[in-house]
Amino acid sequence: MATAQAPAINTRVSRKTVVRGLWKDRVSRSALLVLFCFYFAAAFADFLTPYGMEFNDPSYGNAPATPIHIQDESGNFCAPYVYRMTQENDPETYKQIFVLQPDTKYPIKLFVKGDEYKLLGFIPGDLHLFGVEAPCRLYLLGADMNGRDNFSRLFFGAQKSLTIGFLGLLIAFPIGIVYGGISGYCGGLIDVFMMRFAEAIMSIPSLYLLIGLAAILPVGMSSSQRFALITVILSFISWAGLARVIRGMVLSIREEEFVQAAKSIGMPDFQNIVKHVIPQTSSYLIIAATLQVPSFILAESGLSLIGLGIQQPDASWGNMLKAAMDQPNELLNQPWLLAPGFLIFITILCFNCIGDVLRDVLDPKLSGGR
Amino acid sequence: MSTLGFILKRALQAAPLMVIISLIAFTLLKMTPIDPLASMRANPAVSASAIAQEEERLGLNKPAPVQYVLWASNAAMGNLGLSSTGSKVIDRLTAHAGNTLMLNILVLLCTWTIALPAGIYAAVHRGKFIDKLFGILSAIGMSMPAFLLAFMLMVVALATKLLPIGGLTSADFSERDALGQFLDIAHHLIIPVTVLTCISLAGIQRQVRSNLLDVLRADYVRTARAKGLPENKVIYKHALRNAINPLITILGFEFSSLLSGAALTEMVLSYPGLGKLTLDAMLTKDMNMVMASVMMGAFMLVTGNMLADILLKYTDPRIRND
Repeated sequence: MATAQAPAINTRVSRKTVVRGLWKDRVSRSALLVLFCFYFAAAFADFLTPYGMEFNDPSYGNAPATPIHIQDESGNFCAPYVYRMTQENDPETYKQIFVLQPDTKYPIKLFVKGDEYKLLGFIPGDLHLFGVEAPCRLYLLGADMNGRDNFSRLFFGAQKSLTIGFLGLLIAFPIGIVYGGISGYCGGLIDVFMMRFAEAIMSIPSLYLLIGLAAILPVGMSSSQRFALITVILSFISWAGLARVIRGMVLSIREEEFVQAAKSIGMPDFQNIVKHVIPQTSSYLIIAATLQVPSFILAESGLSLIGLGIQQPDASWGNMLKAAMDQPNELLNQPWLLAPGFLIFITILCFNCIGDVLRDVLDPKLSGGR
Repeated sequence: MSTLGFILKRALQAAPLMVIISLIAFTLLKMTPIDPLASMRANPAVSASAIAQEEERLGLNKPAPVQYVLWASNAAMGNLGLSSTGSKVIDRLTAHAGNTLMLNILVLLCTWTIALPAGIYAAVHRGKFIDKLFGILSAIGMSMPAFLLAFMLMVVALATKLLPIGGLTSADFSERDALGQFLDIAHHLIIPVTVLTCISLAGIQRQVRSNLLDVLRADYVRTARAKGLPENKVIYKHALRNAINPLITILGFEFSSLLSGAALTEMVLSYPGLGKLTLDAMLTKDMNMVMASVMMGAFMLVTGNMLADILLKYTDPRIRND
């Protein structure tokens, strides 16, 4: 199927055209804006969130979302404030419930001092965009079982979930391009062997392969090591499909006169592939990259969801969803457990929309029946 | 070449693929720093002689290549060893693979019976309101993670209390009569089938639509219209027949991607299929089981692709045997 794809036509679309095309389309413009907001929120998570990633208050375990009041006792509108919550046992059901303590009002303040952090990794600070004073907690989306703020952790989860797609591309694409390039350019037995191997990788259902690879990871690793290795694993399962398509394209490109000409004046094969053949596949690559990012995000969240990906106390959207999987009966009482899932959905939707529009701009022939 | 010969040839091509897959899976397992029998040793229900037998059978004291040959020859004879609970791997594997197969076939049936008419309708009424609506729905469906949809349906099930939220059978399953058991399973299948159907429906509907649109632009369709054939005949007799070929290839790929996609949904909905079996085995470090279920998954996938090839040969006489 892959080999039947037409070689990239119209490879030299100027960068300006692409950007303008993306901006002109209403759908892709909104998608770009949404993604920009997401990445911005992830980058400045420390400042934008009321609490740090590992901040926890055990007395707030599984607490519901803190209700925000904007009316005082007499019904007049005032600055938003919250009440403190305490855990109590329901005398009838013996279940733990949270009761509001309406004795003191805690106003929501802007630029409050809180946990210390290093913004973007090097700017130290302790100011948070908003928050409430200490004994009271502002948990906009409730707390997880350890009493950590779900709302804040969504931001920190975004840091992992949103970057893993691009990091994975950085590993998978060079492998796929070079592998497919060599296979298609050399042809013959080398091609047969290289393609059979790629097909074997593709024939293992990807989630099974992922699980297998993730299980190899040793237990006592630091979280950043684990993050890096999971990225490597995700790229390991996705290079093969790309390699096959690239090979199909290279097969037809290598017959072109300019490639043959370079060969006949004695250009080394590898240089020829990198300099003349691969650039011809660039528009396909750009489209494929945009459409590949969602699959990385999805794979990471799937892996974390089943407990083999990013581990607690680190946050990722996938492992935050794990709470929903572990206690499905709580879903009705704590619908906010699904928030990370919706963020994953929106992110993927945006990438897909951008990919579609990119395809129309770069490669009108591929877009099919519009 | 006869059809039988074609099937044989494809099967022969698939065999080395399975060998390579098993090699990859085996290498992965050997890289895990875990004693594959650790859980068996820890389980008091498994006798010492059974462990010794298993050690001998797997050749754990021998170098890795020998172990692989041992495993492969055992597997070829249908002996997949014992799981960590001491039961035979093959029994649980076939039960779970059967469940997964049942789910996937149901999903394929549902998907195609909805996607074909929807795709045709959208192509014929291109640009109209319904087409645009389908377009938006399929864009959403293609971006929707299966697990999120599963969670959402679970919320609905919890709120309405009409549907069970996981598993395949109720607690009192064995006490019911045949009809009761059938209804119970059907009741439990509603959520998983709906989730997976919605997810794969989106892509397929779009494929049907764009394939049919491509064909509708062809010269012979214009000829058919020009000679005054009724529109129904043009679409169903001339266009659809030709639009369907690429779809059959997609059907094969669909089957394989379902296997993978269904795994996560199975885990979320605790559906007793291959995906859940593999995950549970992986989490309990039950290596025999992991190896067997990965091979089973790959086998089903390769078979799916093969079936698609064979089907394609039947429907498209232009495909030659080489």
